[in-house]
Amino acid sequence: MALYSEKVMDHFRNPRNVGVIENADGVGEVGNPVCGDIMKIYLKIENDVIDDVKFETFGCGSAIASSSMATELIKGKPLSEALKLTNKAVTEALDGLPAHKIHCSVLAEEAIKKAVKDYYDRNGIEYDKGLFPDCEGCEHCCDGH
Amino acid sequence: MIYADNAATTKMSESAIAETVKCMRECYGNPSSLYEFGQEAKVALEDARNRIAKCLGADAKEIYFTSGGSEADNQAIFSAAKLGEKKGKKHIISTAFEHHAVLHTLEKLKKQGFEIELLDVHKNGIVTPEQVKSAIRPETCLVTIMYANNEIGTIQPIAEIGEICREKGVIFHTDAVQAVGHLAVNVKEQNIDMLSLSAHKFHGPRGAGVLYAKKGIALETVINGGAQERGKRAGTENLPAIRGMAVALEEAVGNIDSYTEKLIPLRNRLIEGLSKIPYSELNGDREKRLAGNVNFCFEGIEGESLLLLLDDKGICASSGSACTSGSLDPSHVLLAIGRPHEVAHGSLRLSLGEETTEEDVDYIVKSVSEVVTYLRNMSPFWRDLVNGKRPHIFAEYTK
Repeated sequence: MALYSEKVMDHFRNPRNVGVIENADGVGEVGNPVCGDIMKIYLKIENDVIDDVKFETFGCGSAIASSSMATELIKGKPLSEALKLTNKAVTEALDGLPAHKIHCSVLAEEAIKKAVKDYYDRNGIEYDKGLFPDCEGCEHCCDGH
Repeated sequence: MIYADNAATTKMSESAIAETVKCMRECYGNPSSLYEFGQEAKVALEDARNRIAKCLGADAKEIYFTSGGSEADNQAIFSAAKLGEKKGKKHIISTAFEHHAVLHTLEKLKKQGFEIELLDVHKNGIVTPEQVKSAIRPETCLVTIMYANNEIGTIQPIAEIGEICREKGVIFHTDAVQAVGHLAVNVKEQNIDMLSLSAHKFHGPRGAGVLYAKKGIALETVINGGAQERGKRAGTENLPAIRGMAVALEEAVGNIDSYTEKLIPLRNRLIEGLSKIPYSELNGDREKRLAGNVNFCFEGIEGESLLLLLDDKGICASSGSACTSGSLDPSHVLLAIGRPHEVAHGSLRLSLGEETTEEDVDYIVKSVSEVVTYLRNMSPFWRDLVNGKRPHIFAEYTK
Protein backbone atom coordinates (compact mmCIF):
# COMPACT_ATOMS: atom_id res chain seq x y z
CA MET A 1 0.00 0.00 0.00
CA ALA A 2 1.63 3.20 -1.17
CA LEU A 3 1.41 6.48 0.67
CA TYR A 4 -0.62 8.10 -2.13
CA SER A 5 -3.00 7.00 -4.88
CA GLU A 6 -1.64 6.60 -8.40
CA LYS A 7 -3.57 9.74 -9.39
CA VAL A 8 -1.81 11.78 -6.72
CA MET A 9 1.58 10.44 -7.75
CA ASP A 10 0.83 11.15 -11.41
CA HIS A 11 -0.10 14.77 -10.68
CA PHE A 12 2.87 15.11 -8.35
CA ARG A 13 5.37 13.68 -10.83
CA ASN A 14 3.87 15.40 -13.87
CA PRO A 15 2.13 18.48 -12.52
CA ARG A 16 -0.17 20.23 -14.99
CA ASN A 17 -0.17 24.02 -15.36
CA VAL A 18 2.97 24.78 -13.38
CA GLY A 19 4.31 28.27 -13.82
CA VAL A 20 3.51 31.93 -13.74
CA ILE A 21 1.20 34.08 -15.87
CA GLU A 22 2.78 37.47 -16.46
CA ASN A 23 0.10 40.18 -16.25
CA ALA A 24 -2.38 37.74 -14.74
CA ASP A 25 -5.92 39.07 -14.21
CA GLY A 26 -6.12 37.55 -10.75
CA VAL A 27 -3.59 36.12 -8.33
CA GLY A 28 -4.25 34.24 -5.08
CA GLU A 29 -1.70 33.06 -2.57
CA VAL A 30 -2.44 31.07 0.60
CA GLY A 31 -0.35 29.38 3.26
CA ASN A 32 3.00 30.48 4.61
CA PRO A 33 6.53 29.13 4.80
CA VAL A 34 6.39 28.55 8.56
CA CYS A 35 3.70 25.92 8.01
CA GLY A 36 5.57 24.36 5.15
CA ASP A 37 3.12 25.05 2.35
CA ILE A 38 2.29 27.95 0.05
CA MET A 39 0.07 27.83 -3.03
CA LYS A 40 -0.14 30.59 -5.59
CA ILE A 41 -2.70 30.58 -8.40
CA TYR A 42 -2.55 32.84 -11.46
CA LEU A 43 -5.66 33.37 -13.62
CA LYS A 44 -6.12 34.74 -17.12
CA ILE A 45 -9.77 35.63 -17.57
CA GLU A 46 -11.71 36.34 -20.79
CA ASN A 47 -15.45 37.11 -20.65
CA ASP A 48 -15.81 35.65 -17.19
CA VAL A 49 -14.18 32.41 -18.31
CA ILE A 50 -10.86 31.08 -17.06
CA ASP A 51 -8.84 31.20 -20.22
CA ASP A 52 -5.61 30.07 -18.57
CA VAL A 53 -4.45 29.09 -15.12
CA LYS A 54 -1.00 28.42 -13.66
CA PHE A 55 0.21 27.55 -10.21
CA GLU A 56 3.31 27.60 -8.06
CA THR A 57 3.46 25.47 -4.92
CA PHE A 58 5.89 25.09 -2.05
CA GLY A 59 4.84 21.99 -0.19
CA CYS A 60 4.57 18.25 0.04
CA GLY A 61 3.60 15.78 -2.67
CA SER A 62 -0.12 16.07 -2.01
CA ALA A 63 0.07 19.89 -2.02
CA ILE A 64 1.64 19.85 -5.49
CA ALA A 65 -0.82 17.22 -6.72
CA SER A 66 -3.81 19.13 -5.27
CA SER A 67 -2.76 22.34 -7.02
CA SER A 68 -2.26 20.51 -10.29
CA MET A 69 -5.65 18.80 -10.09
CA ALA A 70 -7.46 21.95 -8.98
CA THR A 71 -6.10 23.94 -11.93
CA GLU A 72 -7.19 21.17 -14.31
CA LEU A 73 -10.69 21.26 -12.84
CA ILE A 74 -11.19 25.00 -13.41
CA LYS A 75 -9.37 25.53 -16.69
CA GLY A 76 -11.77 26.75 -19.40
CA LYS A 77 -14.62 27.01 -16.87
CA PRO A 78 -16.72 30.11 -16.13
CA LEU A 79 -15.76 31.91 -12.92
CA SER A 80 -19.10 31.03 -11.37
CA GLU A 81 -18.20 27.37 -11.72
CA ALA A 82 -14.63 27.80 -10.48
CA LEU A 83 -16.02 29.38 -7.33
CA LYS A 84 -18.03 26.24 -6.67
CA LEU A 85 -14.94 24.04 -6.64
CA THR A 86 -14.67 22.38 -3.25
CA ASN A 87 -11.73 20.70 -1.59
CA LYS A 88 -13.84 17.55 -1.58
CA ALA A 89 -14.06 17.62 -5.37
CA VAL A 90 -10.27 18.01 -5.60
CA THR A 91 -9.74 15.12 -3.17
CA GLU A 92 -12.19 12.88 -5.05
CA ALA A 93 -10.60 13.68 -8.41
CA LEU A 94 -7.28 12.55 -6.91
CA ASP A 95 -8.84 9.26 -5.76
CA GLY A 96 -8.51 10.38 -2.16
CA LEU A 97 -5.84 11.81 0.12
CA PRO A 98 -4.57 10.54 3.49
CA ALA A 99 -6.54 12.13 6.36
CA HIS A 100 -3.71 14.37 7.49
CA LYS A 101 -3.28 15.68 3.93
CA ILE A 102 -6.84 16.89 3.39
CA HIS A 103 -5.73 20.43 4.24
CA CYS A 104 -3.70 20.45 1.00
CA SER A 105 -6.94 20.24 -1.00
CA VAL A 106 -8.39 22.98 1.22
CA LEU A 107 -5.46 25.19 0.33
CA ALA A 108 -6.12 24.60 -3.38
CA GLU A 109 -9.78 25.59 -3.03
CA GLU A 110 -8.87 28.68 -1.04
CA ALA A 111 -6.10 29.77 -3.41
CA ILE A 112 -8.51 29.67 -6.35
CA LYS A 113 -11.16 31.62 -4.45
CA LYS A 114 -8.57 34.20 -3.50
CA ALA A 115 -7.42 34.59 -7.10
CA VAL A 116 -11.00 35.11 -8.29
CA LYS A 117 -11.62 37.62 -5.51
CA ASP A 118 -8.46 39.45 -6.58
CA TYR A 119 -9.83 39.63 -10.13
CA TYR A 120 -13.17 41.02 -8.88
CA ASP A 121 -11.42 43.55 -6.64
CA ARG A 122 -9.11 44.76 -9.40
CA ASN A 123 -12.01 45.31 -11.78
CA GLY A 124 -14.46 46.75 -9.30
CA ILE A 125 -16.88 43.89 -9.89
CA GLU A 126 -19.53 43.51 -7.20
CA TYR A 127 -19.77 40.13 -5.50
CA ASP A 128 -21.35 38.40 -2.57
CA LYS A 129 -18.84 38.70 0.28
CA GLY A 130 -20.20 35.46 1.74
CA LEU A 131 -18.52 33.62 -1.14
CA PHE A 132 -15.14 34.47 0.33
CA PRO A 133 -14.95 33.63 3.98
CA ASP A 134 -11.99 35.22 5.70
CA CYS A 135 -9.55 32.44 5.15
CA GLU A 136 -5.84 32.50 5.40
CA GLY A 137 -5.50 28.94 4.27
CA CYS A 138 -3.16 27.85 6.92
CA GLU A 139 -5.22 27.83 10.06
CA HIS A 140 -5.41 24.04 9.82
CA CYS A 141 -1.72 23.65 10.22
CA CYS A 142 -0.61 26.76 11.97
CA ASP A 143 -2.19 26.48 15.38
CA GLY A 144 0.28 27.71 17.87
CA HIS A 145 2.58 29.65 15.56
CA MET B 1 18.41 1.22 -5.04
CA ILE B 2 20.71 3.28 -2.86
CA TYR B 3 19.84 2.79 0.79
CA ALA B 4 20.86 5.97 2.60
CA ASP B 5 18.62 5.62 5.65
CA ASN B 6 20.79 3.55 7.97
CA ALA B 7 19.86 5.74 10.93
CA ALA B 8 16.26 4.52 10.49
CA THR B 9 17.25 0.88 10.37
CA THR B 10 20.00 -1.27 8.92
CA LYS B 11 20.18 -4.35 6.75
CA MET B 12 20.72 -7.42 8.94
CA SER B 13 24.17 -8.93 8.59
CA GLU B 14 24.38 -12.43 7.12
CA SER B 15 25.91 -13.82 10.30
CA ALA B 16 23.14 -12.26 12.44
CA ILE B 17 20.50 -13.75 10.14
CA ALA B 18 22.21 -17.14 10.29
CA GLU B 19 22.39 -17.04 14.08
CA THR B 20 18.75 -15.92 14.43
CA VAL B 21 17.48 -18.63 12.10
CA LYS B 22 19.68 -21.27 13.72
CA CYS B 23 18.24 -20.39 17.10
CA MET B 24 14.67 -20.49 15.79
CA ARG B 25 15.29 -23.90 14.32
CA GLU B 26 17.44 -25.59 16.92
CA CYS B 27 17.04 -23.78 20.19
CA TYR B 28 13.34 -23.09 20.50
CA GLY B 29 12.99 -24.20 24.11
CA ASN B 30 11.78 -21.74 26.71
CA PRO B 31 14.70 -20.61 28.92
CA SER B 32 12.37 -20.78 31.92
CA SER B 33 11.62 -24.52 31.41
CA LEU B 34 13.49 -26.86 33.66
CA TYR B 35 14.10 -29.78 31.29
CA GLU B 36 17.40 -30.00 29.47
CA PHE B 37 16.12 -28.54 26.18
CA GLY B 38 14.84 -25.45 28.00
CA GLN B 39 18.07 -25.14 29.93
CA GLU B 40 20.01 -25.21 26.66
CA ALA B 41 18.04 -22.11 25.65
CA LYS B 42 18.89 -20.59 29.02
CA VAL B 43 22.57 -21.20 28.35
CA ALA B 44 22.25 -19.60 24.90
CA LEU B 45 20.53 -16.61 26.51
CA GLU B 46 23.22 -16.16 29.13
CA ASP B 47 25.94 -16.60 26.54
CA ALA B 48 24.40 -13.74 24.53
CA ARG B 49 24.22 -11.64 27.69
CA ASN B 50 27.90 -12.26 28.44
CA ARG B 51 28.99 -11.39 24.93
CA ILE B 52 26.95 -8.20 24.84
CA ALA B 53 28.23 -7.18 28.27
CA LYS B 54 31.79 -7.64 27.05
CA CYS B 55 31.16 -5.36 24.03
CA LEU B 56 30.01 -2.60 26.38
CA GLY B 57 32.58 -3.08 29.13
CA ALA B 58 29.80 -4.14 31.51
CA ASP B 59 29.11 -7.16 33.70
CA ALA B 60 26.55 -9.68 32.45
CA LYS B 61 24.35 -9.02 35.50
CA GLU B 62 24.02 -5.42 34.38
CA ILE B 63 22.42 -6.34 31.04
CA TYR B 64 18.61 -6.46 30.78
CA PHE B 65 17.03 -7.52 27.50
CA THR B 66 14.16 -5.39 26.23
CA SER B 67 12.12 -5.10 23.06
CA GLY B 68 14.31 -2.26 21.83
CA GLY B 69 15.62 1.21 22.50
CA SER B 70 12.30 2.86 23.34
CA GLU B 71 11.45 0.35 26.04
CA ALA B 72 14.95 0.63 27.50
CA ASP B 73 14.66 4.45 27.58
CA ASN B 74 11.28 4.26 29.30
CA GLN B 75 12.49 1.81 31.92
CA ALA B 76 15.73 3.67 32.63
CA ILE B 77 14.01 7.01 33.13
CA PHE B 78 11.08 5.70 35.19
CA SER B 79 13.51 3.75 37.37
CA ALA B 80 15.76 6.73 38.10
CA ALA B 81 12.72 8.92 38.71
CA LYS B 82 11.31 6.44 41.21
CA LEU B 83 14.63 6.24 43.05
CA GLY B 84 14.80 10.02 43.14
CA GLU B 85 11.25 10.41 44.32
CA LYS B 86 11.95 8.19 47.33
CA LYS B 87 14.62 10.67 48.38
CA GLY B 88 12.48 13.69 47.54
CA LYS B 89 14.57 14.46 44.45
CA LYS B 90 12.41 15.37 41.49
CA HIS B 91 14.62 17.34 39.14
CA ILE B 92 15.71 15.76 35.83
CA ILE B 93 18.19 17.18 33.34
CA SER B 94 18.05 16.32 29.65
CA THR B 95 18.38 18.08 26.29
CA ALA B 96 15.91 19.63 23.91
CA PHE B 97 16.77 17.26 21.04
CA GLU B 98 16.41 13.82 22.63
CA HIS B 99 14.53 11.03 20.91
CA HIS B 100 10.79 11.03 21.61
CA ALA B 101 11.22 7.82 23.61
CA VAL B 102 13.01 10.03 26.14
CA LEU B 103 11.11 13.30 25.69
CA HIS B 104 7.65 11.77 25.91
CA THR B 105 8.64 9.76 29.00
CA LEU B 106 9.89 12.98 30.59
CA GLU B 107 6.61 14.68 29.65
CA LYS B 108 4.78 11.99 31.55
CA LEU B 109 6.97 12.53 34.61
CA LYS B 110 6.38 16.26 34.37
CA LYS B 111 2.67 15.58 34.80
CA GLN B 112 3.56 13.61 37.92
CA GLY B 113 5.27 16.63 39.41
CA PHE B 114 8.86 16.22 38.23
CA GLU B 115 10.75 19.27 37.10
CA ILE B 116 12.29 18.67 33.69
CA GLU B 117 15.16 20.89 32.56
CA LEU B 118 16.06 20.61 28.88
CA LEU B 119 19.51 21.96 28.08
CA ASP B 120 20.21 23.98 24.98
CA VAL B 121 22.22 22.10 22.35
CA HIS B 122 23.50 25.18 20.54
CA LYS B 123 23.76 25.72 16.82
CA ASN B 124 26.22 22.83 16.44
CA GLY B 125 23.98 20.30 18.18
CA ILE B 126 26.28 19.63 21.12
CA VAL B 127 25.68 20.13 24.82
CA THR B 128 28.68 21.00 26.99
CA PRO B 129 29.76 19.32 30.24
CA GLU B 130 29.78 22.78 31.85
CA GLN B 131 26.06 23.17 31.12
CA VAL B 132 25.37 19.89 32.86
CA LYS B 133 27.58 20.85 35.79
CA SER B 134 25.82 24.13 36.41
CA ALA B 135 22.36 22.60 35.97
CA ILE B 136 22.83 19.88 38.60
CA ARG B 137 21.15 20.72 41.90
CA PRO B 138 20.88 18.84 45.20
CA GLU B 139 17.44 17.63 44.11
CA THR B 140 18.58 16.34 40.70
CA CYS B 141 17.89 12.61 40.40
CA LEU B 142 18.81 11.95 36.77
CA VAL B 143 20.78 13.29 33.85
CA THR B 144 19.68 11.68 30.57
CA ILE B 145 21.56 12.76 27.46
CA MET B 146 21.76 10.91 24.17
CA TYR B 147 25.10 9.64 22.95
CA ALA B 148 24.62 10.64 19.31
CA ASN B 149 21.63 12.41 17.84
CA ASN B 150 19.44 10.34 15.53
CA GLU B 151 18.73 13.13 13.05
CA ILE B 152 21.87 15.22 12.83
CA GLY B 153 24.35 12.65 14.15
CA THR B 154 26.16 14.96 16.56
CA ILE B 155 28.18 13.17 19.25
CA GLN B 156 27.89 14.38 22.84
CA PRO B 157 30.77 14.55 25.36
CA ILE B 158 29.48 11.48 27.19
CA ALA B 159 32.56 10.58 29.26
CA GLU B 160 32.91 14.14 30.58
CA ILE B 161 29.22 14.36 31.43
CA GLY B 162 29.47 10.95 33.09
CA GLU B 163 32.38 12.12 35.21
CA ILE B 164 30.47 15.18 36.42
CA CYS B 165 27.45 13.06 37.31
CA ARG B 166 29.67 10.59 39.14
CA GLU B 167 31.23 13.40 41.19
CA LYS B 168 27.82 14.85 42.03
CA GLY B 169 26.26 11.46 42.76
CA VAL B 170 23.56 11.79 40.10
CA ILE B 171 22.46 8.85 37.93
CA PHE B 172 23.54 9.30 34.31
CA HIS B 173 21.59 7.59 31.55
CA THR B 174 22.43 7.78 27.85
CA ASP B 175 20.25 6.80 24.91
CA ALA B 176 23.03 5.24 22.84
CA VAL B 177 20.80 3.76 20.16
CA GLN B 178 22.66 5.55 17.35
CA ALA B 179 26.09 5.10 18.89
CA VAL B 180 26.48 1.46 19.92
CA GLY B 181 28.17 -0.51 17.17
CA HIS B 182 29.29 2.74 15.54
CA LEU B 183 31.43 4.35 18.23
CA ALA B 184 33.63 2.80 20.90
CA VAL B 185 31.48 2.54 24.03
CA ASN B 186 32.71 1.49 27.46
CA VAL B 187 30.27 2.09 30.27
CA LYS B 188 32.88 1.83 33.03
CA GLU B 189 35.47 4.10 31.43
CA GLN B 190 32.79 6.59 30.40
CA ASN B 191 31.03 6.68 33.77
CA ILE B 192 27.70 5.63 32.31
CA ASP B 193 25.17 4.37 34.88
CA MET B 194 22.44 3.39 32.42
CA LEU B 195 22.47 2.95 28.66
CA SER B 196 19.87 2.03 26.04
CA LEU B 197 20.63 0.29 22.76
CA SER B 198 18.72 -1.25 19.89
CA ALA B 199 19.89 -4.20 17.77
CA HIS B 200 18.49 -3.11 14.42
CA LYS B 201 20.71 -0.03 14.29
CA PHE B 202 23.84 -2.18 13.99
CA HIS B 203 22.69 -4.85 11.53
CA GLY B 204 20.90 -6.93 14.12
CA PRO B 205 17.21 -7.89 14.15
CA ARG B 206 14.29 -5.68 15.16
CA GLY B 207 12.49 -6.29 18.43
CA ALA B 208 15.62 -6.68 20.54
CA GLY B 209 17.37 -4.13 22.69
CA VAL B 210 19.24 -3.75 25.92
CA LEU B 211 19.05 -1.66 29.02
CA TYR B 212 22.39 -1.61 30.79
CA ALA B 213 21.97 -0.63 34.43
CA LYS B 214 24.96 -0.41 36.70
CA LYS B 215 25.02 -2.80 39.66
CA GLY B 216 23.15 -1.24 42.56
CA ILE B 217 20.57 0.63 40.52
CA ALA B 218 17.17 -0.87 41.34
CA LEU B 219 15.04 -1.04 38.21
CA GLU B 220 11.30 -0.48 38.11
CA THR B 221 9.38 -3.04 36.12
CA VAL B 222 7.58 -1.56 33.15
CA ILE B 223 6.32 -4.89 31.75
CA ASN B 224 4.79 -6.86 34.62
CA GLY B 225 4.41 -10.61 34.72
CA GLY B 226 6.85 -13.49 34.99
CA ALA B 227 10.27 -13.50 36.61
CA GLN B 228 12.35 -13.15 33.45
CA GLU B 229 15.31 -10.75 33.50
CA ARG B 230 15.67 -11.17 37.25
CA GLY B 231 12.11 -10.00 37.71
CA LYS B 232 12.69 -6.68 36.02
CA ARG B 233 11.19 -7.40 32.63
CA ALA B 234 8.47 -9.99 32.20
CA GLY B 235 7.79 -11.95 29.03
CA THR B 236 9.37 -14.96 27.36
CA GLU B 237 12.72 -13.82 26.02
CA ASN B 238 12.98 -13.16 22.28
CA LEU B 239 15.91 -15.54 22.13
CA PRO B 240 16.40 -15.74 18.33
CA ALA B 241 16.58 -11.93 18.11
CA ILE B 242 18.79 -11.73 21.22
CA ARG B 243 21.22 -14.26 19.69
CA GLY B 244 21.21 -12.29 16.43
CA MET B 245 21.81 -9.08 18.39
CA ALA B 246 24.85 -10.55 20.18
CA VAL B 247 26.42 -11.70 16.92
CA ALA B 248 25.65 -8.39 15.17
CA LEU B 249 27.08 -6.37 18.04
CA GLU B 250 30.35 -8.32 18.19
CA GLU B 251 30.70 -7.93 14.46
CA ALA B 252 29.89 -4.20 14.49
CA VAL B 253 32.22 -3.48 17.41
CA GLY B 254 34.99 -5.40 15.65
CA ASN B 255 34.45 -3.36 12.49
CA ILE B 256 34.26 0.10 14.05
CA ASP B 257 37.73 1.19 12.96
CA SER B 258 37.47 0.01 9.35
CA TYR B 259 33.89 1.25 9.10
CA THR B 260 34.81 4.69 10.38
CA GLU B 261 37.85 4.88 8.15
CA LYS B 262 35.74 4.04 5.12
CA LEU B 263 32.71 6.16 5.92
CA ILE B 264 34.22 9.48 6.98
CA PRO B 265 35.71 10.27 3.56
CA LEU B 266 32.40 9.32 1.90
CA ARG B 267 30.46 11.47 4.36
CA ASN B 268 32.79 14.41 3.75
CA ARG B 269 32.51 13.97 -0.01
CA LEU B 270 28.73 14.07 0.33
CA ILE B 271 28.84 17.16 2.53
CA GLU B 272 31.15 18.92 0.08
CA GLY B 273 28.95 17.97 -2.86
CA LEU B 274 25.71 19.14 -1.26
CA SER B 275 27.36 22.35 -0.01
CA LYS B 276 27.61 23.39 -3.67
CA ILE B 277 23.83 23.75 -3.77
CA PRO B 278 23.27 27.46 -3.11
CA TYR B 279 21.33 28.54 -0.03
CA SER B 280 21.73 25.26 1.80
CA GLU B 281 23.43 24.41 5.07
CA LEU B 282 24.70 21.37 6.92
CA ASN B 283 22.90 20.70 10.20
CA GLY B 284 25.05 19.89 13.21
CA ASP B 285 28.76 20.01 13.85
CA ARG B 286 30.93 19.30 10.80
CA GLU B 287 33.37 17.00 12.62
CA LYS B 288 31.78 15.73 15.83
CA ARG B 289 29.16 13.67 14.05
CA LEU B 290 28.54 10.02 13.24
CA ALA B 291 30.67 8.70 10.39
CA GLY B 292 27.65 8.06 8.18
CA ASN B 293 25.41 11.02 8.98
CA VAL B 294 24.71 13.94 6.66
CA ASN B 295 21.81 16.31 7.29
CA PHE B 296 21.07 19.41 5.22
CA CYS B 297 18.47 22.15 5.04
CA PHE B 298 17.60 23.66 1.67
CA GLU B 299 15.82 26.99 1.38
CA GLY B 300 12.58 27.23 -0.57
CA ILE B 301 11.54 23.59 -0.73
CA GLU B 302 9.64 21.09 1.40
CA GLY B 303 11.17 17.79 2.50
CA GLU B 304 8.43 15.31 1.67
CA SER B 305 8.32 16.20 -2.03
CA LEU B 306 12.12 16.02 -2.04
CA LEU B 307 12.01 12.50 -0.59
CA LEU B 308 9.36 11.29 -3.04
CA LEU B 309 11.37 12.50 -6.04
CA LEU B 310 14.57 10.99 -4.63
CA ASP B 311 12.64 7.73 -4.19
CA ASP B 312 11.79 7.91 -7.91
CA LYS B 313 15.55 8.08 -8.53
CA GLY B 314 16.10 5.05 -6.33
CA ILE B 315 17.40 6.86 -3.25
CA CYS B 316 16.02 6.06 0.22
CA ALA B 317 16.41 8.98 2.63
CA SER B 318 14.46 10.80 5.32
CA SER B 319 13.44 14.33 6.28
CA GLY B 320 12.45 16.33 9.31
CA SER B 321 9.60 18.13 7.58
CA ALA B 322 6.21 18.24 9.30
CA CYS B 323 4.64 16.40 6.39
CA THR B 324 6.87 13.38 6.82
CA SER B 325 6.41 13.20 10.57
CA GLY B 326 2.65 13.34 10.37
CA SER B 327 2.69 16.16 12.91
CA LEU B 328 2.14 19.85 12.34
CA ASP B 329 5.61 20.96 13.30
CA PRO B 330 8.91 20.17 11.66
CA SER B 331 11.63 18.23 13.49
CA HIS B 332 12.15 19.25 17.12
CA VAL B 333 15.85 18.51 16.61
CA LEU B 334 16.23 21.11 13.87
CA LEU B 335 14.22 23.62 15.90
CA ALA B 336 16.47 22.87 18.90
CA ILE B 337 19.59 23.85 16.94
CA GLY B 338 17.89 27.10 16.00
CA ARG B 339 16.67 26.40 12.48
CA PRO B 340 13.57 28.45 11.70
CA HIS B 341 10.44 26.49 10.74
CA GLU B 342 10.64 27.51 7.09
CA VAL B 343 13.99 25.81 6.50
CA ALA B 344 13.38 22.95 8.94
CA HIS B 345 10.60 21.85 6.54
CA GLY B 346 13.23 21.59 3.81
CA SER B 347 15.56 19.15 5.52
CA LEU B 348 17.14 15.94 4.25
CA ARG B 349 18.91 13.23 6.24
CA LEU B 350 21.19 10.81 4.45
CA SER B 351 22.72 8.09 6.62
CA LEU B 352 25.35 6.04 4.85
CA GLY B 353 26.40 2.49 5.66
CA GLU B 354 28.98 -0.20 4.95
CA GLU B 355 27.64 -0.79 1.47
CA THR B 356 27.72 2.85 0.32
CA THR B 357 30.21 3.55 -2.49
CA GLU B 358 31.81 6.69 -3.88
CA GLU B 359 29.64 6.30 -7.00
CA ASP B 360 26.56 6.23 -4.77
CA VAL B 361 27.64 9.47 -3.11
CA ASP B 362 28.21 11.18 -6.46
CA TYR B 363 24.85 9.96 -7.73
CA ILE B 364 23.14 11.24 -4.55
CA VAL B 365 24.77 14.68 -4.95
CA LYS B 366 23.70 14.89 -8.61
CA SER B 367 20.14 13.70 -7.85
CA VAL B 368 19.61 15.99 -4.85
CA SER B 369 20.87 19.00 -6.86
CA GLU B 370 18.47 18.21 -9.70
CA VAL B 371 15.48 17.67 -7.46
CA VAL B 372 16.15 20.78 -5.34
CA THR B 373 16.42 22.92 -8.51
CA TYR B 374 13.24 21.38 -9.93
CA LEU B 375 11.22 21.97 -6.75
CA ARG B 376 12.59 25.48 -6.29
CA ASN B 377 11.47 26.35 -9.81
CA MET B 378 7.86 25.68 -8.87
CA SER B 379 8.07 27.18 -5.38
CA PRO B 380 6.52 30.60 -4.75
CA PHE B 381 8.54 30.72 -1.52
CA TRP B 382 11.77 30.33 -3.51
CA ARG B 383 10.60 33.01 -5.99
CA ASP B 384 10.10 35.42 -3.07
CA LEU B 385 13.59 34.64 -1.75
CA VAL B 386 15.15 35.20 -5.17
CA ASN B 387 13.19 38.42 -5.73
CA GLY B 388 14.16 39.75 -2.34
CA LYS B 389 10.55 39.78 -1.09
CA ARG B 390 11.61 37.56 1.80
CA PRO B 391 15.07 37.57 3.36
CA HIS B 392 17.35 34.60 2.76
CA ILE B 393 18.08 32.53 5.84
CA PHE B 394 21.38 31.10 4.63
CA ALA B 395 24.30 32.64 2.76
CA GLU B 396 24.54 31.65 -0.90
CA TYR B 397 27.50 29.42 -0.10
CA THR B 398 28.94 28.40 3.23
CA LYS B 399 32.44 27.15 3.76
